[in-house]
Amino acid sequence: MKKKQVASRALIIFLLVLVAFIMIMPFIWMVLGSVKMKSELFAVPLKWLPETPVWKNYTDVFEKVPFLQFYWNTAKVAVLATLGQVVTCALSAYAFSKLEFRGRDVLFMFYLATMMIPGQVTMVPQYELMNHLNLLNNHWTLILLRWFSPFGVFLLRQFFISIPDSLVEAARIDGAREVKIFTTVICPLAKPAFATLTTLTFLNAWNEFMGPLIFLNEKSKFTLQMGIRYFQQMFGTEYTLIMASTTMSLIPILLIYMLAQKYFIEGIAASGIKG
Amino acid sequence: MDAAVQVKVKRRKLNSYKKAQRNTAILFLIPNFLGFLIFIVYPVLKSLYISFFNWDGLGNAEFIGIQNYVRLFQDSTFRISFWNNIHYTLVTVPLSIFLGILIALLMNTKIKGIQVFRVIYFLPQITSMVAIGIVWTTVLANYGPVNQFLMTFGMENPPQWLSSTQWALISVEIVSIWRSMGYNAVILLAGLQGINAELYEAAKIDGAGVFKRFTKVTIPMLSPTIFLCLVMQMIGSFQVFDTIMAMTQGGPGRATNVLTYYIYQRAFVDWRFGYASAVAYVLFAIILVFTLIQFIGQRKWVNY
Repeated sequence: MKKKQVASRALIIFLLVLVAFIMIMPFIWMVLGSVKMKSELFAVPLKWLPETPVWKNYTDVFEKVPFLQFYWNTAKVAVLATLGQVVTCALSAYAFSKLEFRGRDVLFMFYLATMMIPGQVTMVPQYELMNHLNLLNNHWTLILLRWFSPFGVFLLRQFFISIPDSLVEAARIDGAREVKIFTTVICPLAKPAFATLTTLTFLNAWNEFMGPLIFLNEKSKFTLQMGIRYFQQMFGTEYTLIMASTTMSLIPILLIYMLAQKYFIEGIAASGIKG
Repeated sequence: MDAAVQVKVKRRKLNSYKKAQRNTAILFLIPNFLGFLIFIVYPVLKSLYISFFNWDGLGNAEFIGIQNYVRLFQDSTFRISFWNNIHYTLVTVPLSIFLGILIALLMNTKIKGIQVFRVIYFLPQITSMVAIGIVWTTVLANYGPVNQFLMTFGMENPPQWLSSTQWALISVEIVSIWRSMGYNAVILLAGLQGINAELYEAAKIDGAGVFKRFTKVTIPMLSPTIFLCLVMQMIGSFQVFDTIMAMTQGGPGRATNVLTYYIYQRAFVDWRFGYASAVAYVLFAIILVFTLIQFIGQRKWVNY
């Protein structure tokens, strides 16, 4: 019996490690490929490690495309999009969960219903609208389109509802105004929900591809996703440089993931909406 | 003061309190609601409207009734894209959930450091599909690691993956399963851990073996979580775009063309806004139908 248990435990660990290897293999391949010589990448037989690491691949990328600009553009869009979304969604979520007015639940259902609509349905009119507002090829397009997310309202409202009404009522009896209740009672209690929405929105904005593809057309405006795609198109056979560029595009998000992985995993698992 | 007056005063107070609360609610709602109307509700309606027009986005729009909707059924690229979407959904969704369940079962053991595995399995989900799609094109290259691995195990002519019409869609599907199975596993693991241990004990006492316990206890108790994964994955799989854009651009030929890519090209390469909107609405309808089917079907197998 004991022997059997040890064996099955070993088997489970072996399988867990095997799956883990399959999951990170492409990442290892990418990082190692980014410091290989061009002839080493598809060498036969396969070479995992480069003979001498070619760090020059990285500086070459910077010489060919304005990579720092891509970082800056992406960070700007992601940060502003996230800030705005958290603010407008938190205000709405408060009204939907703690204030009473006629038609509240109908309006909320209406918000929910729009979450099912694929982005392709709205993309043409959004393009036309941004054209009218003179916002094409402008980062504000990408930022604005994230500010009014029904999903953000939904996520925060679900959390606010779990905060007991009695806390709000007590503050009201004490004569506190709604704005004060919102900022001093609800917001401090909802920190985990804010953390979840923040990581999720930031990640989605950082990884977004279709929006920048449609709305941006100047290289200096590109976000990282557009940047690496552009690089792939322009220097399609320079595989080692492509690896260096994708590695660089992933580093910031990987660092943040390491620091806040709890919020990432719980946030994405809770949302069911994928980037 | 007599009773009637008291009631009146109370009611007035209550009314004015209600009114005040409604006004506050409006203030709280307005920033989000205005943007929601302008950037989401209006485009949804406008899109339906222009799907009945022939319009390039600049000149005059010409009303053509349901012509766009008729035309798309005669377009062979639309048909191919549609079937590719169906293929992609029917392959990736069940497989990634099945593998997700297996991985979740592996993770549901008391082993030290299991958290590390959770972090690793979730990694593909947080990285951008464009970046990882580009990396996968080299992993699946003719002399990339996958094919060299297959060759060392005696396969003389491994598939050409992305450059073969026969394998391209399957390659994309493999990558998509790779990306989502760990994510499913993490969600399903939460479901597994919510199953009451007494149920297993009871089944054991009744003489149920490992397999029987899996099919008669685990699967029924996990079915709500499985259903959730199924619906979410399916909705997402019909909207696959970044993967296609980074890995194949619909090719070779039309082997990996899918509806989202088709819509994007009609809209922003051909500038046929009306037609693109019509296809977008058809895609929306397809997603709705599949979701409805699942919600109807769940009564048969989901255990609440």
